[in-house]
Amino acid sequence: MKVEIIGSGVSGLCCAHAFAERGCEVSIIAASDALDSTCCSWWAGGMLAPGCEGESAEPLIATLGVESMAFWQAIAPDYTTAGTLVVATSRDQPLINNFARNTEGWQRVEGKQVHQLEPDLAERFNCGLFFTDEAHLDPRQALAHLINTLKKSGVSFEQRQIDDAPGNDYHSAADWIIDCRGLGAQQTLTDLRGVKGEMLHIHSDEIALKRPVRLLHPRIPLYIVPRAKGVFMIGATMIESTERTRASVRSVLELLSAAYALHPAFGEATIIEIGVEARPAFTDNLPRLRRRGKTLSVNGMYRHGFLAAPAMARRCVEFALDGIIPPEVMDENTA
Amino acid sequence: MDSAKGPACKKLSLYGSEFDSRFLIGSAQYPSPAILLDAITASHAGIVTVSLRREAGKDGAGQQFWSLIQQSGARLLPNTAGCKTVKEAVNTAHMARELFDTRWIKLEVIGEDDTLQPDVFGLVEAARILCAEGFQVFPYTTDDLVVADKLLAAGCEVLMPWGSPIGSGRGLNNPFALRALRAHFPDTTLVVDAGIGLPSQTTQAMELGYDAILLNTAVAKAGDPVAMARAFAQAIEAGRLAFLAGAIEARDMAAPSTPVLGSPFWHSEHEQ
Repeated sequence: MKVEIIGSGVSGLCCAHAFAERGCEVSIIAASDALDSTCCSWWAGGMLAPGCEGESAEPLIATLGVESMAFWQAIAPDYTTAGTLVVATSRDQPLINNFARNTEGWQRVEGKQVHQLEPDLAERFNCGLFFTDEAHLDPRQALAHLINTLKKSGVSFEQRQIDDAPGNDYHSAADWIIDCRGLGAQQTLTDLRGVKGEMLHIHSDEIALKRPVRLLHPRIPLYIVPRAKGVFMIGATMIESTERTRASVRSVLELLSAAYALHPAFGEATIIEIGVEARPAFTDNLPRLRRRGKTLSVNGMYRHGFLAAPAMARRCVEFALDGIIPPEVMDENTA
Repeated sequence: MDSAKGPACKKLSLYGSEFDSRFLIGSAQYPSPAILLDAITASHAGIVTVSLRREAGKDGAGQQFWSLIQQSGARLLPNTAGCKTVKEAVNTAHMARELFDTRWIKLEVIGEDDTLQPDVFGLVEAARILCAEGFQVFPYTTDDLVVADKLLAAGCEVLMPWGSPIGSGRGLNNPFALRALRAHFPDTTLVVDAGIGLPSQTTQAMELGYDAILLNTAVAKAGDPVAMARAFAQAIEAGRLAFLAGAIEARDMAAPSTPVLGSPFWHSEHEQ
């Protein structure tokens, strides 16, 4: 069976992997024939945190997340299960209780325990929530590795811009077209909206973190994900906007101030890059699988690309090859 | 009731428009737009405030979210949230008028980053400019009487004093000041805006004779925003009914002055 995948973000690559694993002839059409730096996945945090995300996400995200984590654990070389630490400054302690009330899978940590987990933060934060089972990875490394694996297994990459939306004038000899273009598919998926996110990569040798840390704040919630060699990812804003090219001074100031509040050592860090993208999201911020003819859309990953994509890919393949309808994510099935 | 106008009138009146509900709800910080829409429905609010971040106004980049809110059928009240200077606030108001085709503007000029306390000097100046330009201004202010007076002189017909700092959930920090404000401006529409955490606090404000309540965080960040929106709707309604019904005065039982049945009268004399 021939399968054509449009888009090489995390959704496209996970779908390619899932179809190739079932013996399909898979080709990927995307803006890049290598690691694509023009999609949301390039700027992803790489936190695999179904517990923390439950604070605002529907329970479905946790279900998809647990499935997806097993996939990444098997495939991503730097997959690390070190949990997530959630802290707040002393004046924002009520936010910790709010967070605890709306999430599961945490334990309260104080004094010595915070010191054991993150020695550099112990002086500044003496209590928090620890989500023991959560993990993180470096998204660029994980995707590069996935691309290599796909190329080795015979998946072909074609660098081509798709102007015509599948379902309209788009022609293909493939049995299935899997549309994973994210916000690029807005013309066909008209209920898709953009949620702008800004983030930074910074470098510091003065502070070390072993795991993602979330700093709660009423207006500027922050997460910091440690990468290799003293690099940290700081993210991310959530703005109702489709704008995907300009990071605003205000957003960057807010993110950096929050990082500085987490630890003053971040004040001496160097800025490596500032990123901005618009996440594709549906009205309930949940991902969807939609069929129109021989086109299957996998979209609406919102801020849960790495957390949801492998699980969505599995559902996509099971629908295309086995006819199994996943009611929790499929809201259209037009032959 | 002594008057058919002012706080006792049946419907909420804002710049000539009438609303059945006395609940104005904010649209920020919800888990998703779908939950926001359900919360608006549950709140029965006739008015939804929309924070206009200026960057989102460029090239209609935020249009999709606003269209979603418009689906609720509620009237939009754009606000100048996050503006720190008169110029910023005025520019944002202009942008809002263009984007939402409305003369309504919730005017915020923030003077302090941490508490988000209004800069009342900038607020009065911005209100004067915008009222002169034909805007119908809803100023987010403190409970200060003199500032309130100057806002009315600037042309505002509605005042929105804070209960306590934005997002703090502390309720009515100074009920005495709010009562004084109500007493000084019996015919002005007064809306308690900001600082609300619990439905009972909105009841308290409505019992004081306030005309309406504007809140956001207490619903958006609740464990179940839709249920909390419903709770607030009922609490606001309860407070309004109580105000109209006329509450009894509290009596000080610690200083008994009337004879109590069953206690011999000489008993009290004896003790003296």
